[in-house]
Amino acid sequence: MIPELGHFALILALLLALTQSILPLVGAHRGNLTLMGVARPAAQGQFVFTALAFACLAYSFLTNDFSVENVARNSFSQLPEVYRFTATWGSHEGSLLLWVLILAFWSTAVSVFSRHLPEDMAARVIGVMGLISVGFLAFLLTTSNPFERLLPAAMDGNDMNPLLQDWGMIIHPPMLYMGYVGFAVAFAFAIAALLSGKMDVAWARWSRPWTTVAWAFLTLGIVLGSWWAYRELGWGGWWFWDPTENASFMPWLAGTALIHSLAVTEKRGAFKAWTVLLALVAFSLSLLGTFLVRSGVLSSVHAFATDPARGAFILGFLAVVIGGSLVLYAWRAPKMITGSGFTWFSRESLLLANNVILIAALGSVLLGTLYPLFMDAMGLGKISVGPPYFNAVFVPVMVPALFLMAIGPLVRWKEASLPDVATRLKWALAVALAIGLLLPLVLDGFNPWASLGFFLATWITLAVLAGFADRLKYGQGSLMHKLSSLPRGFWGMQLAHFGMAVGIAGIAVVANYQSERDVRMEPGSYAELAGYTFIFRGTTEHEGPNYRAARGTLEVSQNGKPVATLHPEKRTYNAGGMGMTEAAVHPNIFRDVYVAMGEQLEGQNDAWTVRLFYKPFINWLWFGALFMVIGGFLAASDKRYRIALRSREVPKHLAAQGA
Amino acid sequence: MKPRHKKLALITLVVAALGVAVALVLNAFNSNLVFFFSPTQIVNGEAPTSRAFRIGGLVEAGSIKREADGLTTTFVVTDTAKSIPVTYTGILPDLFKEGKGVVAEGRLGSDGRFTATQVLAKHDENYMPPEAAHALEQAAKAQQTIVK
Repeated sequence: MIPELGHFALILALLLALTQSILPLVGAHRGNLTLMGVARPAAQGQFVFTALAFACLAYSFLTNDFSVENVARNSFSQLPEVYRFTATWGSHEGSLLLWVLILAFWSTAVSVFSRHLPEDMAARVIGVMGLISVGFLAFLLTTSNPFERLLPAAMDGNDMNPLLQDWGMIIHPPMLYMGYVGFAVAFAFAIAALLSGKMDVAWARWSRPWTTVAWAFLTLGIVLGSWWAYRELGWGGWWFWDPTENASFMPWLAGTALIHSLAVTEKRGAFKAWTVLLALVAFSLSLLGTFLVRSGVLSSVHAFATDPARGAFILGFLAVVIGGSLVLYAWRAPKMITGSGFTWFSRESLLLANNVILIAALGSVLLGTLYPLFMDAMGLGKISVGPPYFNAVFVPVMVPALFLMAIGPLVRWKEASLPDVATRLKWALAVALAIGLLLPLVLDGFNPWASLGFFLATWITLAVLAGFADRLKYGQGSLMHKLSSLPRGFWGMQLAHFGMAVGIAGIAVVANYQSERDVRMEPGSYAELAGYTFIFRGTTEHEGPNYRAARGTLEVSQNGKPVATLHPEKRTYNAGGMGMTEAAVHPNIFRDVYVAMGEQLEGQNDAWTVRLFYKPFINWLWFGALFMVIGGFLAASDKRYRIALRSREVPKHLAAQGA
Repeated sequence: MKPRHKKLALITLVVAALGVAVALVLNAFNSNLVFFFSPTQIVNGEAPTSRAFRIGGLVEAGSIKREADGLTTTFVVTDTAKSIPVTYTGILPDLFKEGKGVVAEGRLGSDGRFTATQVLAKHDENYMPPEAAHALEQAAKAQQTIVK
């Protein structure tokens, strides 16, 4: 009964989405306020019914209703409750339902926080988001019904893929989708602006906080995914340039370019057409990411769905959305009047450089990701493009952007003086060069890549400090007072830039100074790695809720002092008999000690192959990214977006009084 | 500078940046593309011995052998028509099993033995790596034509 209710709710959501898109768009076109007024209640109603459908599916998972095919295929009676809940979005159907739910959530958020928008603008934005909802809901209902019954019901489920049974995976997909789908808001604003022909600065101001929040969520989602891969895949790697990773990284690159270009459009009225194009591109890449991961065209970890009908639908949808928006862009964009000019050395020109470089980097990732698919589709042979390509291209392309990133915030809009900036940053440059050159020599001898990383990290950090010094030079009051009166937009930017520096430092250290060993160990034997001694104490049987495991015990010590006792596991899951390695990690701020068990060696007394890792500064990566996320949220909460809101409300209120 | 010159300088800059990017891409592409060959293709001498490539197929039943050091494994990859012996040193992925699909990256020695630097992990029981599926398909097709 409950699954049918969910299915019915989904159909109602589709009908409401159709209402939410068609009526307001027609209303905005004709200037009909009644039709435009439908947008908000329809969006909110669509959210309620999508949430109801989602709740029904979650209920089916939690109550082990194995008469639902989706539940039978992706859950298991012994699965712990929390994973039975997350299994709701572990499958292809469930994850798309989550996508639709989040889209409805964003639409509702827009409907609530758009009181200050002109009515036709709000109607168009919500209407465009409704169109996207229609596409995805139709996709769900026609090709991927999550409530499909299985008759006769299965005795028990097939279990969730053990790799997904991790709490990194609990929050990774929702956060990633918050980001992906959040770009739909920027997209809808861009389309609405193109439709109305009103491309004023206000458009950039409205769209900016939404885009920044979406970007922050996407950053969080990507980092959680990377953190999950690091701990769960047992290979100690944190980025593989796997196509599914690239699928989320490409919208991130476009989104990063977009939030910077929006800054120019908002503050200076320049780059208007370019900003609109980036908004279209960022969301198109989010859709492409969904297509790549969800249609099963890739040979990688996430490709658990393979069905040509689905692929054809998403491809068609992709063609309509991307093609349609680009046609609209080509038609309307030439009418946009560009803002004031700027000289070759100014905040604008540096942000332009940022954009050019990010897009070049995006292009290189896109090529490396799609080329093998293209070759395969053309029957030109099977090839793969691995990490060496991406490292060889992506790193050199990004270096100038990272160098300029330090200078940008210190440079004035419109026209700046290079000698002036050079004077202010000469010490920072000298210190950064010295650290970059000397630190590797102290650590392990000359190493150009480590040098580059340390230089950039120091350079950006010092420039962030210089930015604060700049702002604190003037004004009165105590230092604390001055710091707290700095706008949140400034704090957010500085924190995000500092996070980048922290992340670069982490990458530079872990990529150049990590070590690993595969060793054969039996009870009592020991191995050394990077100054740590690992003593293997054998394995014991361990019974988990839905698996059995051989749980190893390794005592880790440094210079005779005990550091940690680690318990890596080799699990066998009860449902499918699938084996899985559960690594054990001892983290601290300067390094991770990471242990994963390989296989038990036959005919030998509890002897195992064991993989040992020493990962210095790896946690700086996650913390750096976390700073970027917090910076994004901070910037989006800046007062000026709310002031803009109030100042618009007042005249409306007065007008009402006058009427 | 006149506005026209500024625009020209800007465009030059952008073109130069793109040029550098394209040069890097093409260079990296050339040296880092990894091609795929099935066991049949390798036996027919189509695979290079000078550069790394990928091989895919099934792990032949009963072929997994472990050397005395406990870390070096030898096994045979087959597309059901032809087989190639493979050596790998290190820890194998959880789903590496006899009779299951496998993709390995490495180099072909002059003795016809493939030395893998990486055995790719596929994280789903029922999931066949596309490369391995492709190899099996090709072999099946080839056999059919022979029968005809």
